[in-house]
Amino acid sequence: MAVALRKPELVCPAGSLRALQLAVQAGADTVYMGLKDATNARNFAGLNFDVKQAREGVAFAHARGAKVLMALNTFARAGESERWFRAVDAAVEMGADALICADTAVMDYAHRTHPQLRLHLSVQASATTYEAINFYRKHFNIQRAVLPRVLTLSHVAHLVRNTDVDIEVFGFGSLCVMVEGRCILSSYATGKSPNNAGVCSPPSAVRWVERGDHVQARLGEVLIDDYAPDEPRAYPTLCKGRFDVQGLRDYALEDPTSLNSMALLPQLIDAGVSAIKIEGRQRSTSYVEQVTQVWRQAIDAAWQQRERFAISQDWVHQLARHAEGQQHTLGAFSRPWR
Amino acid sequence: MIDMTNSLAAPAQAALAPELTIGPVLYHWRRDTLTQFYADIAESAAENVVLGEVVCARRVELRLSDWLDLARDLKQAGKRVWLASQALMESEADLRQLRRMVDLCAEQGMEIEASDASALAVMEGRSFSLSPHINVYSREALQWHAALGASRWVPPVELSLAQVQGVQPLVRPVMAGGGDTADVVGGAAPVAVEMFAFGRMPLAFSARCFTARHHRLNKDECEFRCMDDDDGLLVRSTEGQDFLVFNGIQTQSAGLQCLLARGDWWRAQGVSALRLSPCAKVFGEVLRIHDALRRDALSADEALSQMQRLALPGPLVQGYALGHEGLQPLARPLSTELEVVC
Repeated sequence: MAVALRKPELVCPAGSLRALQLAVQAGADTVYMGLKDATNARNFAGLNFDVKQAREGVAFAHARGAKVLMALNTFARAGESERWFRAVDAAVEMGADALICADTAVMDYAHRTHPQLRLHLSVQASATTYEAINFYRKHFNIQRAVLPRVLTLSHVAHLVRNTDVDIEVFGFGSLCVMVEGRCILSSYATGKSPNNAGVCSPPSAVRWVERGDHVQARLGEVLIDDYAPDEPRAYPTLCKGRFDVQGLRDYALEDPTSLNSMALLPQLIDAGVSAIKIEGRQRSTSYVEQVTQVWRQAIDAAWQQRERFAISQDWVHQLARHAEGQQHTLGAFSRPWR
Repeated sequence: MIDMTNSLAAPAQAALAPELTIGPVLYHWRRDTLTQFYADIAESAAENVVLGEVVCARRVELRLSDWLDLARDLKQAGKRVWLASQALMESEADLRQLRRMVDLCAEQGMEIEASDASALAVMEGRSFSLSPHINVYSREALQWHAALGASRWVPPVELSLAQVQGVQPLVRPVMAGGGDTADVVGGAAPVAVEMFAFGRMPLAFSARCFTARHHRLNKDECEFRCMDDDDGLLVRSTEGQDFLVFNGIQTQSAGLQCLLARGDWWRAQGVSALRLSPCAKVFGEVLRIHDALRRDALSADEALSQMQRLALPGPLVQGYALGHEGLQPLARPLSTELEVVC
């Protein structure tokens, strides 16, 4: 199947109305947001939208030619499905341009009840092949799929060639080292996971404990990291901690690092990717604004001259301030990472 | 015509105790170890066996034809057998292998346990079992998958028993085929519930091989170092707590799930089978204890004290079943805990 090249849409995170406005002004084609409850995978206190704010956000974005996607990307709990279904209805009422969802129960309801509502398959649906994506297209008429951060660039290109569904990939932000939607490390330690509560390594389970001149970061009862006085401290995300394997203490799963696929933009365009997603609804408004500005310029530049695309030092400096541990990786797009 | 004699006789007999299912071997065991393991299983009290390489496409101690040969042998020994699909599908080669497995299973009358949506897509229209890696968290989701052909459900391990019963209740259960009442014409049965009752729990999959990374090797030149770890590679916290286990691209719990209750108790909870996930040593003893417990030849307390005396690779846990963090150790059998809570 020949792949039609297109300029990838820049999809930016909005954890608040202010973040949404800044993202749109900084050049986001699309912003994504969620409601203030466990129906989305960034269910943190003080974050997200009520329906009134969501309406205001949609009006603001639409007036400036931008789109708003609503993330409804957790799994409806047994006996509480109605809450998820009402959130689907809310997406229609507020005028969202599409719903990002992962649960077959939610997609089935949305497709049957609101056939005109555009559906995007969330990364939490863990669809890593065109067979899986075409399957959801057939049953729920999904229009776009967000790929888990596990495929190499050549896997992505092959997948795009074998589906009519638009493909969105992650460009920048926190790096999930596991297949999204298939990781319950967090509930093993705390009882709460992205799938069952919309949170990973939840703040309510974090404890900082001083031990002499060291500081321990605990998640539930588990010691995730132990910092010497001169070591920079990070939020104790479970897979970014230091653990002991056969007597070797190290970042056994992943270093504290962020994904940055900007260097691959020309190849992602050549592969026929339709949209690039920036992670970080839980991040600050200045993160959203600056990362959006840089990526706007980068996508414009890559689209105009794919062969001569070069990353400016100015962009590098701006993004470095927002990377976890000030480090970047190409993640699974690059084979050696695996 | 529905044969009433058979459909009544079978449940009456089954009502005595839940079936025992041997889950797929999740580790990279050598060919002769696997062959011996399944020869022992053929002689065991377990009714069901799930075969196949679920974790890593690079592991080929047994190839598809070998798994099918084993499946035939186990069927001849009276077992019901499923072949499980690979959980993380990435390449066209993975899809080719999946399609081949589905075709050969169809030809040879073997059943399949689906581990991801690619498998659901490829075998649409056939009856299948839902692995714990497919995210079914609500009744509506189970119903949707039942309409697709799911006749058996292994719930995600993080669901509590109460949540499992919320998804598949005793009253008006979801029927195979997708209906929701017991009087569906055509003799449909409720979707069977199989709890992950014993073993290290699969918690995550990644594109990255953590075993290779630990040995400073690339995944493509991994030297199959995971073969050195019969029960996975232990990951401890800095203060020495057994926390996780690396099994190639899979991360498991260091704790072993251990759900203990008498057979009639399980049946009263709507659970018709218990999955025992293989470990390298004393698995025969684990199987013997579960079999004695379900037949009432052993009390749950006795079963627990026998389990605690075994040389198992990690601590026993059951937090998930009670709605807590999964690593919570168990002090009492599940049935006792839930009676105390009530």
